[in-house]
Amino acid sequence: MSIIDIKNLKVHYPIRSGFFNRITDYVRAVDGINFSINEGETYGLIGESGSGKSTTGKAIVGIEKVTSGQIFYKDVDITKARNRRRLDYNKDVQMIFQDSMSSLNPRKRIEDIIAEPIRNFENLTTDEERRRVQELLDIVGMPSDAIYKYPHEFSGGQRQRIGVARAVATHPKLIVADEPTSALDLSVQAQVLNFMKHIQQQYNISYLFISHDLGVVKHMSENLAIMHRGRLVEIGTRDEIYNHPMHIYTKRLLSAIPKVDVDHREENKKHREEVEHEFQEDQSKWYDKDGGVFPLQKVSGTHWVALPQSEVKAQLKEEK
Amino acid sequence: MEKQSDLLLDIQHLHTAYRLQGDFYDAADDINLTLKKDEILAIVGESGCGKSTVASSIIGLYDHKNTKVTGDILYNELNLVGLNEDLFNKVRGNNIGMIFQDPLASLNPLMRVGDQVAETLYYHTKMNDKERHARVIELFNQVGMPNPEEMYQMYPHELSGGLRQRVVIAIAIACKPEIIIADEPTTALDVTIQAQILDLLEDIQRQSHSGIILITHDLGVVAETADEVAVMYGGQIIEKADVKTIFSHPLHPYTRSLLNSMPQTEDEEDDLHVIQGTVPSLKNMPCSGCRFAKRIPWIPASAHEEEPVIHEVEPGHFVRCTCYKTFHFQGEK
Repeated sequence: MSIIDIKNLKVHYPIRSGFFNRITDYVRAVDGINFSINEGETYGLIGESGSGKSTTGKAIVGIEKVTSGQIFYKDVDITKARNRRRLDYNKDVQMIFQDSMSSLNPRKRIEDIIAEPIRNFENLTTDEERRRVQELLDIVGMPSDAIYKYPHEFSGGQRQRIGVARAVATHPKLIVADEPTSALDLSVQAQVLNFMKHIQQQYNISYLFISHDLGVVKHMSENLAIMHRGRLVEIGTRDEIYNHPMHIYTKRLLSAIPKVDVDHREENKKHREEVEHEFQEDQSKWYDKDGGVFPLQKVSGTHWVALPQSEVKAQLKEEK
Repeated sequence: MEKQSDLLLDIQHLHTAYRLQGDFYDAADDINLTLKKDEILAIVGESGCGKSTVASSIIGLYDHKNTKVTGDILYNELNLVGLNEDLFNKVRGNNIGMIFQDPLASLNPLMRVGDQVAETLYYHTKMNDKERHARVIELFNQVGMPNPEEMYQMYPHELSGGLRQRVVIAIAIACKPEIIIADEPTTALDVTIQAQILDLLEDIQRQSHSGIILITHDLGVVAETADEVAVMYGGQIIEKADVKTIFSHPLHPYTRSLLNSMPQTEDEEDDLHVIQGTVPSLKNMPCSGCRFAKRIPWIPASAHEEEPVIHEVEPGHFVRCTCYKTFHFQGEK
């Protein structure tokens, strides 16, 4: 049962220039993508900077205007504001931002920050509200005196946990997490990721986990999509993407992750150079004549790759 | 025995203290490190552990009024601690090159990138305009910039992040320095670009036989590039060994915890390992005893040394404090 279905989503930004400031071209940040997120799962969306992954996340939450395409939530297209209101969509879908410092208002106390989404959607008395905030702080493992403090009094990891508490305050069904841990240290990252997993099990929340870190995504999500130049290049389960990647771009990303494997350092480097060479050599094999990504082709029930039909067949034969 | 001439940098008992509201606090506490030719020395640690402090102390880029540096940093019998600015300006950029984390912030936005590389040559060499230009083109080729002649005329904002970092590297290696300090050179870059930049650094080192100090928080980067590794926590070096030993037989509880909290385990259902508590701030740093003790409270106090010192466990493998001997993770014997 999918919680959200994205159909041919496009977000284009106009480029204006010339004497009348007319629209001369578009930046195709997101250019026709399709995927769906199942209830209670973590869906990973991976891409390098400029690939359009954050724009996708923002479009889903509704803070970015969609150019064309539909986003279905409970079988209703929520790109229309009226439908969003009717379904309480803005309550059910929340976001965790990358930079916890700039996403928390420095002039508000933690109590007001976490209570803000509750105040928007529910009518609670002051006492009830405070109890809810305390509960939420409990869930993310923060001391109860935190409610009187301001964001600057906390460390990066604590602030990100406040961001998580705010996101779960309205009991959402889906949380879009845009690089939630990329500003954090390793041990703090572990803390935040663990909390996110626990909360997911407790409240059956789905995540759209946007990241450039393939290690983190591997740890968090069962299904994932790789995004490149505004389109998806490969969709699959964790095993399919990490162990049987088909698109050169996926292979290139995977080979570029630094591995904690000192003994095979030279082999890893050689492999990376081979993949890079293959990528540079024959661009026309992997991209269409305008440098765009091909439409997705089905490989198996869960595995899709953006390659021409002939190439997919050739690769499958090779594997056999 | 290593030859004396192989030794590039010898840091002994380095203390760097910052003034915070009148008092000085040690951000780097008794650092002992050596850098040899053809060696990549990685300094790893989380934010606030003092790794960048060590870098800025070596290259002398700190606020002289509010910073107190003591100890010795010996470079060819020249002590860089307390060196006067005129002399330091001759060393800095000429014998020691520095690569900064954020290439956009370290380049001048109003100057063509080619001129920025030439500027270093202007101050440190006797080349004329033509020779400088030729050398910049040569450098741009060396760091793998496409169309170097065109690139010379570009401004930093016209270049991508990877190209900008290549310009910064070109500046750092312009005078063929013996020592290159790279402070988080790839943190702001994408993984594929990161791989390219790290390969480039290795190539440069192989050609010029210089020594590189690589400062990073990314253990993956360390495993792929470093020869020697020093792990820092709370301003101290807590473990030092060659790269193989650090990853195959880590001893100090902090190193082991850090490696365990990496999301690279095969079993994805497991929780990641979390280090209890937080890194104490500079002001609240415990002045005596093992600095990591608070974060492993299940280890009895008797396991720690009163005044932890560095022990050489095996030749070349150094560990601070004795708590590694009895350390075990919570929930295991």
